[in-house]
Amino acid sequence: MMKQTGTELVKRGMAEMQKGGVIMDVINAEQAKIAEAAGAVAVMALERVPSDIRKAGGVARMADPRIVEEVMGAVSIPVMAKARIGHIVEARVLEAMGVDYIDESEVLTPADEEYHLLKSDYTVPFVCGCRDLGEATRRIGEGAAMLRTKGEPGTGNIVEAVRHIRKVNAQIRKVVGMTEDELMTEAKSLGAPFGLLREIKRLGRLPVVNFAAGGVATPADAALMMELGADGVFVGSGIFKSDNPEKFARAIVEATTHYKNYKLIADISKELGVPMKGIDIAQLGQNERMQERGW
Amino acid sequence: MKRIGVLALQGAVREHVQMLEALGCEAVLVKHRQDLMKIDGLILPGGESTTMRKLLDRFELLEPIQNLAQQGLPMFGTCAGLILLANNLVGDKPHLAVMNVTVARNSYGRQVDSFEIKVDIPKIGNAIPAVFIRAPHIEAVGQDVEVLAQHEGRIILAQDGHLLGCSFHPELTADTRILEYFVVSIV
Repeated sequence: MMKQTGTELVKRGMAEMQKGGVIMDVINAEQAKIAEAAGAVAVMALERVPSDIRKAGGVARMADPRIVEEVMGAVSIPVMAKARIGHIVEARVLEAMGVDYIDESEVLTPADEEYHLLKSDYTVPFVCGCRDLGEATRRIGEGAAMLRTKGEPGTGNIVEAVRHIRKVNAQIRKVVGMTEDELMTEAKSLGAPFGLLREIKRLGRLPVVNFAAGGVATPADAALMMELGADGVFVGSGIFKSDNPEKFARAIVEATTHYKNYKLIADISKELGVPMKGIDIAQLGQNERMQERGW
Repeated sequence: MKRIGVLALQGAVREHVQMLEALGCEAVLVKHRQDLMKIDGLILPGGESTTMRKLLDRFELLEPIQNLAQQGLPMFGTCAGLILLANNLVGDKPHLAVMNVTVARNSYGRQVDSFEIKVDIPKIGNAIPAVFIRAPHIEAVGQDVEVLAQHEGRIILAQDGHLLGCSFHPELTADTRILEYFVVSIV
């Protein structure tokens, strides 16, 4: 066999290597180095963290390539970056820059309100958000090599991420328990590709890793998402909006690895300072809910 | 039944556990020092070596694993695991520093350069699938280290007595031959 790049195995395998780890949002080289030193498995290079995107309003786009380059030059761990939903050129630009993973992200303002990217077309792997199994499998069908819950980004409120991981996992359990002849009707009602439901039934799980994202603000939040079956954790605004980012980042990494060690979590949660303030989801208007973006 | 530990701080732990069980071994997740008791071998899986190193330090696992390697416990490192085992790292300080090889990290480029091939390994078998993800390679081996496989002139699998290291991920494929070589011939 000739050397093959960009295969499904190579793209999904990259995400498998991130399991049990924490991926941190950073906006410059200095933050990226703090994240790496704390034990992050990857960093997400952004112009603004989600909570600042919320505050700033307007159209949120791919980060300035200079910021992405700066972060790529600063660390040896993988660097991810976000492209707008359906923005073929932002994705191709990030791929051309050698970014290790692209997040087709609802945190940015969608460029296309009907179609997501055909991610199987790219050499670079993609991660996408999901709220239920239909959304998860549609993204996998388009070629996503990794999933994450959408949660509600930039809120510091875990409630939506909990809702999404529970929903996806409950729907997986249902599919696994179904007989073969029930799967087509389930595919229809979920809006899920039939072939993927068969694969999920056979594997007993999703064929790609599923991380938690969107509202993780404390080490206990990260451990909760692992407890609920997440393969790892994205932390966006939580770390660098906290009082002591170094300590906070280390604590989140340790809580993710040892998510059942409650004494340890108690220990590392001591005197972490004030976490980000957080937003009650009920106070967000429908048009402020980033999770509604994506189809 | 052989009891094989899998370092379970982060990374491709599940894949190694499943493969070990398919080979009739008992897999033991290693997260704390006491998990290292009574194992016949240890696997250091793929993942992020920098992350694993921080956690090895934080949870006081570095020295116990070093001691076990020096006492002759068989170990197999895949990708990040190879980086952990190496005596020398290009441009970086070594971690466990127990295997007599020099390893270069990310030596094939970034993720878009990650690839899969099939390799012939005379001692193990032909056409074995090998998945390279932001992979390292073995730049040089010390005395008595056996080079088991090369690709495009680079060493990708080597054995230093009871220590085996490869730059790719046998655990991501369904082919169990390399792991079988470790558990049958080395452990």
